[in-house]
Amino acid sequence: MRMTALFPVLVAVLLVGAARADQVFQPPQSFLRQAFAGTVPDPAVVWLTGERMDAAARILGHRPHMLRVRYWGRSHRTAWILEEIGKERPITTGVVIDGGRIERVAVLVYRESIGWEVRYAFFTDQFENVRLTDDLRLNKAVDGISGATLSVRAVTNVARLALYLDGQTPHGQ
Amino acid sequence: MPWLALPVGLTLAMAAGLANAQPTPDEMWKMIQKQQQQIEMLRQRLEGTNKKVEATATAVEKAGTGGGAPGWWQRTSLGGYGELHYNGGDADELDYHRFVLFFGHQFNDRLRLFSELELEHALAKDTSDGSGPGEVELEQAWLEYDVTDRMSARAGLSLIPVGILNETHEPPTFYGVERNRVESNIIPTTWWEGGAGLAYKFDNGLRLDAQVHGGLDVPTTGSNAFKVRNGRQKVAKSTLRDPAYTGRVRYTGIAGVELASTLQYQADMTQGDPGDPRTNALLWEAHVDMKRAISDRATLGLRALYARWDLGGSAAAATGRDEQYGWYVEPSVRFKTGHGDVGFFARYSQDDNTAGDNTDSDFREISVGMNYWVHPNAVLKFDYQFQTPPDGQGTTRDNRANLGLGYQF
Repeated sequence: MRMTALFPVLVAVLLVGAARADQVFQPPQSFLRQAFAGTVPDPAVVWLTGERMDAAARILGHRPHMLRVRYWGRSHRTAWILEEIGKERPITTGVVIDGGRIERVAVLVYRESIGWEVRYAFFTDQFENVRLTDDLRLNKAVDGISGATLSVRAVTNVARLALYLDGQTPHGQ
Repeated sequence: MPWLALPVGLTLAMAAGLANAQPTPDEMWKMIQKQQQQIEMLRQRLEGTNKKVEATATAVEKAGTGGGAPGWWQRTSLGGYGELHYNGGDADELDYHRFVLFFGHQFNDRLRLFSELELEHALAKDTSDGSGPGEVELEQAWLEYDVTDRMSARAGLSLIPVGILNETHEPPTFYGVERNRVESNIIPTTWWEGGAGLAYKFDNGLRLDAQVHGGLDVPTTGSNAFKVRNGRQKVAKSTLRDPAYTGRVRYTGIAGVELASTLQYQADMTQGDPGDPRTNALLWEAHVDMKRAISDRATLGLRALYARWDLGGSAAAATGRDEQYGWYVEPSVRFKTGHGDVGFFARYSQDDNTAGDNTDSDFREISVGMNYWVHPNAVLKFDYQFQTPPDGQGTTRDNRANLGLGYQF
């Protein structure tokens, strides 16, 4: 039957290449060096207690599993590396905030086979200069990506959470 | 005794004086040293308390994520969707149209399983004449393997990469209670087959899919002769003498926009069944799906799709089904409110399973309606259909209202 001829071709294809299912687009240390022009400050911690935990839960749509969030800050600038699940696996996203506005959003590590388009500039550039409103929403609409709704939602919620937490640090007040 | 007054008075004065006396430098130095010791003790206690708090937080966070090496339950996912429909008009029917469960499993970093089991119409009975209302179907069961960062291979039973709804049809993702006529009758959604394929992702948002899989096996006589929807075999002891070849190009490199086109060829959509005429078939489909924000609370949507089959051979031509096509346009607008999202849509569609003959057999339909997303994954739906069936084809107009409840997780 004609289909059996394809089998050796498929096996040959599978043997080719060295796959990295966790796609690292930018290592976290490289992201931080870029955010702070080479000199990365020591990390500090924001504790998610009381009102902060409630706000984080409202933003993410679920209670975060972490009690502490690490960040790096200097003057009016903070950088955050946060993880949030897209469809089934976490997306590692970096957010740089300066003066209460997002300067940059970057997908650092992507672990799923669909929704990968969120890493591209056509999507992440939409977050530049965006602030958080009083009701914890972004002050500008972000267009999604067809077929990547859950990944878009995860990255958008991480951007909102980073803006909120920035306001809870000495650098954002 | 007056002689006591002086010594008592002197003693009291000395006591008062002693009470107000400043400590000596020696005494002060001893006090400072004692306080220093107490400060050091408190500092060590605080350091110890901070360490315990950090350790507790770490333990709580690890417990929340399972900690340690991931067990099978952390690599296995469960999902699903469901929809309850009321169809008015001539149907007057209440139906739990679909109850679907997804099971996924990540075997390792490269290899994963997608599967989908579906119960249609709530009850599947095993009757001698097959007259039960429902069906239990395996709609997906395929493995995906990451060959490289950009290329993946798949094999198993999976959805054909064609159209808008064929791969994504969870209720909160589309307007209208029922799936539109064009994708149901022409694509024909939902269409799955057994086979294998490759997918390649470019840096600019372009994706290519190529698959070889089981083909359609259409009836060649009767009222459904050569109708594509009636050719779906569902990988249930399917006849496979002539596979089908499907290629799709899809572009999502602009935020909020999807452009895609699919081409499929099958050498014989009667699968060489004895007595059936050999009938090759070519499907071409193209669509655009756009969602663009016009404010921080409103998004405009537009879907437009065209699909066309060309069947070879004189037997299909004799029935007029050598050409089957359909198209639709669906603008929409969606608003964020304080209590979920509300969306409104209108759709004009035209489809014809017998476009190869000279009679006007287009079925035209206008649908209008709304969705209310109580939650992004749970939706209430309403629509009204204005139908214009073709004249003299035995199909009567059935304008109807439909209500639906749907969810996904």
